[in-house]
Amino acid sequence: MVAELGHFALIVAMVVAAVQATVPLVGAARGADELIAVARPAALIQFLMAGVAFFALMYCFVQSDFSVLTVFQSSHSLKPLLYKVTGVWGNHEGSLLLWILILTGFGAAVAAFGTNLPPTLAARVLAVQAMIGVGFLAFILFTSNPFERVFPVPLEGRGLNPLLQDPGLAIHPPFLYLGYVGFSLAFSFAVAALIEGRVDPAWARWVRPWTLAAWCFLTTGITLGSWWAYYELGWGGFWFWDPVENASFMPWLAGTALLHSAIVVERRDTLKAWTILLAILTFSLSLLGTFIVRSGVLTSVHAFATDPARGLFILGFLVVVIGGSLALFAVRAPALKAGGLFAPISREGALVLNNLLLATACATVLLGTLYPLFLDALTGEKVSVGPPFFNATFGPLMVPLLVAMVVGPLLPWKRGDLRGALERLRFTFLVAASAGVTVYAMATDTSLAAIGGIILATWIILGGLRPLYERVFRGGVAGSAERLRALPRSAIGMAFAHCGIGVIVMGLTVLLTWQVERDQVMRVGDAMNVSGYTIVLRGVQSAAGPNYVAQRANFDVHRTRSEGLGPVLMTLHPEKRSYVDSPQVTTEAAIEPTVMGDLYVVVGDADGTGGYAVRGYFKPFVHWLWFGAALMVAGGVVSLTDRRHRVGAPSARKSRDPGALAGAHPSAAE
Amino acid sequence: MTRKRQRMIFVLSGLGALGLATGLTLFALRDNLVFFYSPTQVVLREMPVENRNFRIGGLVEAGSLERVGADTIRFAVTDTANAVRVTYTGLVPNLFKEGQGVVAEGRLGTDGVFVASSILAKHDETYMPKEVMDALKAQGNWKGGD
Repeated sequence: MVAELGHFALIVAMVVAAVQATVPLVGAARGADELIAVARPAALIQFLMAGVAFFALMYCFVQSDFSVLTVFQSSHSLKPLLYKVTGVWGNHEGSLLLWILILTGFGAAVAAFGTNLPPTLAARVLAVQAMIGVGFLAFILFTSNPFERVFPVPLEGRGLNPLLQDPGLAIHPPFLYLGYVGFSLAFSFAVAALIEGRVDPAWARWVRPWTLAAWCFLTTGITLGSWWAYYELGWGGFWFWDPVENASFMPWLAGTALLHSAIVVERRDTLKAWTILLAILTFSLSLLGTFIVRSGVLTSVHAFATDPARGLFILGFLVVVIGGSLALFAVRAPALKAGGLFAPISREGALVLNNLLLATACATVLLGTLYPLFLDALTGEKVSVGPPFFNATFGPLMVPLLVAMVVGPLLPWKRGDLRGALERLRFTFLVAASAGVTVYAMATDTSLAAIGGIILATWIILGGLRPLYERVFRGGVAGSAERLRALPRSAIGMAFAHCGIGVIVMGLTVLLTWQVERDQVMRVGDAMNVSGYTIVLRGVQSAAGPNYVAQRANFDVHRTRSEGLGPVLMTLHPEKRSYVDSPQVTTEAAIEPTVMGDLYVVVGDADGTGGYAVRGYFKPFVHWLWFGAALMVAGGVVSLTDRRHRVGAPSARKSRDPGALAGAHPSAAE
Repeated sequence: MTRKRQRMIFVLSGLGALGLATGLTLFALRDNLVFFYSPTQVVLREMPVENRNFRIGGLVEAGSLERVGADTIRFAVTDTANAVRVTYTGLVPNLFKEGQGVVAEGRLGTDGVFVASSILAKHDETYMPKEVMDALKAQGNWKGGD
């Protein structure tokens, strides 16, 4: 019954979406208020229906109702409750439903909170959002119905891939989707603006917070995925340039560019056509990413072959969305009024450079991801484009961006003084250079790249703080506390996010240069030395979990000494798990975080004569990666709370104290 | 700064970035593409003669897996028509077994033994690398669905 209710809710949602996609558009074109008024309630009802469908499916999963095909295929009655719930999006149909829930959620958010939007713009945004909704609802209803029944009813489900039974991964897809789908709003706003034929700073002020929110979610989602790969796949990698990762990384790059170009539209009323184009491309890349991952085109043509309808639908939808919006762009963009002029050396110029490099980097990732597909289709040759390709293309494009991201924020709008900005950064450069020299003098196994990385990272972290420092101490120490309090949140957010990048660069550099890896076959009592730690195998037992049996190794960890073993610092218990509902085996690494990095131990197969293959790593500074990403997200969140983004907040211009005046247009004041 | 000049600068910097990216990409594609060959292609030496990395994929031949020393293994990769001997040192992925699909990356030694530098990890037991599937299909030995 519940499954049928969910199915019915989806059908209602699609009908409502179809109405919402058309009626308000007509209303906005004719100026008919009663037709425009349809948009808001329709958006709310659509979200409600998607919610009903989603929770109906979740109910089926929790109840282990194996008469529902999706539940049978990806759940098991013995699974812990958490993974029954997260199993909802651990499969194609359910994850599509989650997509729809989030998509309609964003539409409903605009309907509920966008009350001070111009009515025609709001109507058009909601209509475009509903068009995407119609596409997805049709896709799920006609090709991937999550509520399909199976008869006879199986007694037991097939189980969820054990690798996915992990709390980190359980929350990774929702975040990723919130990011992907969040960009749908930027897209809807862009298309609505093209239909209106008008883009102004007020438009950018609307688009920016939504884009920023989506960007925060996407950053979190990508980081969670990377963190999961690090501790769950058992070999300590965190980024593989795998097509699935690239699929989420491309919208991130485009979204980051969009975030920055929208600032130019908001402050200077220029770069409008480019920003619109970026908004369209960002969401197009999200769509492409979702479909690449979900249809499995990249790992195999399987999904297309088993269900040609699904593949065709996907292609058709991509063509309509991307082709349609780009065609609209081609027709309408020339009509957008060109904005203010600026010199190449200026804040705008720096943001254009940011956009150019990010867009180009995104294009190389796209090429590297799709190239094997094209080559296979055209010549039948099979190739793989691995990390070396991306390191050789993406890396060099990032270096100028990372160097320039410190200088850009110190340039004023319209016309800047590069030499002046560089002089202000003299101290930053000196510190960065001496950090490089110090590391060169003190550390072993350094390379040119490592020294460069250290200098670059220090440059970004310190330089990222420079704009805040200047703002607070410009007039001397007196009154600096006042100015600190009056700092606009967006400036603080930018400093956080930029420093986060620096922290990540530092983590990457140290990790890739000084990580230690040891492989050894160990018997009970054997010792292995990893980067100052001595690890002794004390025994291997079997242990039972709720739905698996583990082979669990016990290691004592000592500080390495020239003779004898010191006291036991800690014990480590890596496992190898075999699941009852799946022939798969997973590796649970034992990870011990220390101040300098992670001690990471994996146990492998027994060799049959009492020995176990053991791999030990020391991963220096690996936590800097997660900390840096967290800083970036924190920066985004802080920036979101800036009063400019708070709906209906009175303009800070009217407030009395001069610090807040700078707050309203912080960068214009420089 | 006129509008025309500004547009000029945009176009030139855009072309510059594009040119840079194209250069990097072409350079990277030349050196960093890893080609895939089936055991039959390797046996017939249907790959470029130059000594470079490539991937080989198929099934781990039943009865061919042996351990040499502490952490070195030898096995044969077969597409059921031909087989290529492979040696590898290091931890193998969890799903590495006789009769299972495998993709190995490395170089072919002068003695015809493939020296693998990595054995690719796979994500689940039903997943078959597309290349392996195609190699098996080419020999008419694919038993799964299409």
